[in-house]
Amino acid sequence: MPRRDVIEVRDLWYKYPEAKEWVLKGINLTIKEGDLIAIMGENGAGKTTLVKHFNGILKPDKGYVKVCGLDTREHTVAELAKYVGLVFQNPDHQIFASTVLEETMFALKNFGWDPERAKRRAKEVLKEMGLLDYINTSPFSLSGGEKKRLTIASVLVYDPEILVLDEPTVGQDYGQKRRLAEIIERINSLGKTVIVVTHDIEFVAEYIEHVIVMSRGTIIAEGEATKVLCDDNIMKRARLLPPQLGMVVKNLEDYIDFKGNFLRLPVFVENLRRWLENDENVKGI
Amino acid sequence: MKALKIKGLSFKYVTSSRWALKNINLEVDEGEFVLITGPSGCGKTTLCRCINGLIPHFYEGEYKGEVVLFEEIKVHEHEPYELADKVGMVFQDPESQLFMTTVEREIAFGLENLGLDREEMKNRVEWVLGLLGIEHLRDKAPYELSGGEQQKVAIAAVIAMRPKILVLDEPTANLDPMSALDVINTLCRLRKEMRITVVIVEHRLDMLAPLVDRIIVMDKGSIIISGNPREVFSKEVSRLERIGVEVPKVCLAYKELINATKSEVPLTPDEFVKVILHAKKGCNRSKGSLV
Repeated sequence: MPRRDVIEVRDLWYKYPEAKEWVLKGINLTIKEGDLIAIMGENGAGKTTLVKHFNGILKPDKGYVKVCGLDTREHTVAELAKYVGLVFQNPDHQIFASTVLEETMFALKNFGWDPERAKRRAKEVLKEMGLLDYINTSPFSLSGGEKKRLTIASVLVYDPEILVLDEPTVGQDYGQKRRLAEIIERINSLGKTVIVVTHDIEFVAEYIEHVIVMSRGTIIAEGEATKVLCDDNIMKRARLLPPQLGMVVKNLEDYIDFKGNFLRLPVFVENLRRWLENDENVKGI
Repeated sequence: MKALKIKGLSFKYVTSSRWALKNINLEVDEGEFVLITGPSGCGKTTLCRCINGLIPHFYEGEYKGEVVLFEEIKVHEHEPYELADKVGMVFQDPESQLFMTTVEREIAFGLENLGLDREEMKNRVEWVLGLLGIEHLRDKAPYELSGGEQQKVAIAAVIAMRPKILVLDEPTANLDPMSALDVINTLCRLRKEMRITVVIVEHRLDMLAPLVDRIIVMDKGSIIISGNPREVFSKEVSRLERIGVEVPKVCLAYKELINATKSEVPLTPDEFVKVILHAKKGCNRSKGSLV
């Protein structure tokens, strides 16, 4: 069965009130149900402005955005939030309740859930995020990584079809990033659409296969990470740096035909091992 | 001469029940470029605060041991402003550091506090704007600048005071890769031109490992690893991964593929390519058996 389009962006133009410059200049984009996608680009490329259109916080000046078939110009943020959960970069912009449990239940209360049922559901999600021990703690006493997981929990709790994470790896150490990647993979494996806005190239190389690259308000590339992230031209235009393994592959492409998602370490190593072990002599080295 | 000597340093914040630093011993040579890394909460930031005197003068707590600058200045005996021309500090979030209306004034602010005369202040501002290549930003307000530009201004404002040690606490955490690289390259240039001692806390080991003299890894308030980058990445990869430190991918791939005793661990993609091509030559000669 073909997967349906959950986000459809057509010729989207946007500028902030009173600003002179367009921040988004004619964006066209289709995201399908169950996709796991990274939106990449340097600071100021328009990534966050774009995803703020997905739940209607911003409305297009020209063109349109449809979320699960709903035109965002005709629906409120509250209506669209049921479909799109947006997790902001800075947890402190999102957290305000006095306990972790209340923070997590907030959206459910707004949706009119019965308190007992809301509590059960909140605990379920907090358990999954490894925060069950903190339900009565103030969110502000949590560490950076825990706060981040709490903001994800308070969005996941109402089970939106689409999860958007804005710069989730900023300020996270490697262990926390790995945990984050596991969470993302688990949510995606349940059939949810996950969109990760980031300039953390190594994180994308390791965990996300489909990439959209933005620069100065336009999409300049879309496709497999192995192609897009290893294309010097695209990376330069987007002011990004290719991942380390991508740079190696580029330098060895005259000798080795890398197969599979070579940006993932095990696949990369397997490709090289096979090449090192085969007998043929290689010219020029 | 040692720029920095830390002896038996332990610190516990007044608000906390556990020790943030436990018996830290560390010596840094004058002119050395040192990277401190480790998982969140390992004590990196606390250690920086002990070097510039914010601890114990600003943050209260239990303080044991001592931090000595240039063999004679004990940090706990001097207020941070007295140390301003010895240790400069750059924070993760430049916005928390920048508050004046123009870049020029921002840089002059610290100099006023040092009590310099106008002529000397002017000279220093010009010098540091040129040194960091940010003359074109002089009349801009810090909030108009990109994150990378802001961080350069923060560094300029600190460098203008001519500190002998520069301490940076995750200066590129909020920057995109190109801006981060730009800030790091600027640092390397400064270091060469000014022969300044640099202590930087960072997670970006892939960018910094090829540049620094030494990597220090902290975990749970202690220093657990200290050595030059090649040493650290040839011996300690498993331990680094276990505690949650991001090892550059080329080091990990190298460890998987090559017998580590035969060649030096590569720190950059270019070095990795050389090692692999060399290994292939060896394989061809010995008909397929892996090095």
